Amino acid sequence: MSIQENCRILDHQEVAPQHFKLVVASKYISSHAQPGQFVNVRCSTGYDPLLRRAFSIHRTAKEHERFELLYQVVGKGTRSLSQYCVGAELDILGPLGQGFALEKKDIAILVGGGMGVAPLLALAETLKQTTKAIYVLIGAKDKARVLAEKEFNAITDQVLVSTDNGSYGKKGFISDILLNVIENTLDPSYLPLATIYACGPNPMLKAIADIAFQKKIPCQVSMEQCMACGIGTCLGCVVKTRTGYQKVCDDGPVFKSEEIVWQD
Amino acid sequence: MAGLDIELAGIKMKNPVMVASGTFGYGEEASKFVDLDKLGAIVTKTITLQAREGNPPPRIVETSSGMLNSIGLQNKGVKDFIENRIPFLSKFKTPLIANIAGDSAKDYAELAKILNKEPLIKGLEINISCPNVTKGGMFFCFDPNATEELVRTIRKATSLPLIVKLSPNVTDISLIAKKAEDAGADAVSLINTLMGMAIDIETRKSKLGTPTGGLSGPAIKPIAVRMVWQVAQVVKIPIIGVGGIMTGEDAIEFFLAGASAVQVGTANFVDTQAPIRIVGEIKDYLGENNINNYKELIGNIEM
Repeated sequence: MSIQENCRILDHQEVAPQHFKLVVASKYISSHAQPGQFVNVRCSTGYDPLLRRAFSIHRTAKEHERFELLYQVVGKGTRSLSQYCVGAELDILGPLGQGFALEKKDIAILVGGGMGVAPLLALAETLKQTTKAIYVLIGAKDKARVLAEKEFNAITDQVLVSTDNGSYGKKGFISDILLNVIENTLDPSYLPLATIYACGPNPMLKAIADIAFQKKIPCQVSMEQCMACGIGTCLGCVVKTRTGYQKVCDDGPVFKSEEIVWQD
Repeated sequence: MAGLDIELAGIKMKNPVMVASGTFGYGEEASKFVDLDKLGAIVTKTITLQAREGNPPPRIVETSSGMLNSIGLQNKGVKDFIENRIPFLSKFKTPLIANIAGDSAKDYAELAKILNKEPLIKGLEINISCPNVTKGGMFFCFDPNATEELVRTIRKATSLPLIVKLSPNVTDISLIAKKAEDAGADAVSLINTLMGMAIDIETRKSKLGTPTGGLSGPAIKPIAVRMVWQVAQVVKIPIIGVGGIMTGEDAIEFFLAGASAVQVGTANFVDTQAPIRIVGEIKDYLGENNINNYKELIGNIEM
């Protein structure tokens, strides 16, 4: 179940250029959210921006009755949100959607591109209790935009970074790093024990899905689409799947990668 | 206690705040947030005879104080509605109005006939104005005579109250409204979305998966109020006002313009509590102004 409630902002920091971490108080959402679920946040009290904005839950702290969002300012809604101060309240709907299916596998490979790392921290924190090895692959435009590396380092020693311009980590695409991990780092006999969890821009997800398919590794992808209601009524946020259009907000945001019909 | 109940086109409602088609699904998802029994009426997402896949994404884009949508009447068809949606809705007392669309008068009549047999359905809203499908009624709403003929055909197929939902994308909406009334409509609802467009200047493509979409939200409210007022000058059947209603104040504007009831649409996406809150705000206004019954407001604009 999800609820609509006014949540107090406990902390709000710019963690990278135009990237913010927002900590809000909610007993209900922090104790009910599953990794990969999202919240739909009203980013102004007026009519412009009008619609809520959907954000993956970055991390939950059930014992402290709070959760975190990590977001980038990309338009009117996020710009407005970035101006909210600590102590103010936000109208939040959540937790929403179907999160990651937690596979009881020995090896988890988490791949995040850009803002796509947002839901992976909550996932890594949950998986660490049951999974023997967690690989976290972070792709970013440049060094300044590598997100949550420190937090992931606290969970696993296997954090690998790539940047588009080579200013940090390996130069190139995160999908190349994934291929390298699969082909050169992991013992082939371990591959049947692995699951890939990915979130990021569509071209990246498509590349990850292709690799997963070739290597026969199960892969879950968290999809993004412009949303209105966030609760499954408006049918606005669909993606094309093998069984027809499915709602990102309600059937997803996490789908099995082989279900998605990738568009160019 | 302020009077908010109304019998509209033979449909008894405890208050005049309905939820608009396409913004509330079939009630099930929204029921997790809203007590459906507190609504005046529920208008379903458009139902067609056969399932429809809908339009390619993106289907939603926000614009200044509004949004464009291009859903394309995605739905699983009338059979699925009856088998899988009605059972859930039967748990509630709020009147259920089925919104229907078809490619031809025959489709509409067939749907009306099928739904006539469902005791839970208290009325039909005839969608002749979806701007997002090439087929599916848009043709009817542009042509006064086609509207009249269509409504006559449906009228013969059902004894249910008929509400004809009108498009604002016409030269003279009052002319269409009059034809709907002449053909036997019990009420009209207006307005459906305004056809609009938004272009991404980087890709130079439409921001939607289709070139155009339907504009809704607070941005269209003044147009909707004006059209309700215009239609109120020419028809005697009740008018249901729709278009950008976010608050009780907005609803009251529509009553003053001549609407007997309102539908809340886009506001449901912004605030799941919107329809319930709006009922409360109407009550507050009536109390503050010593008005016993909201019906005193209907059409009572001072000229």
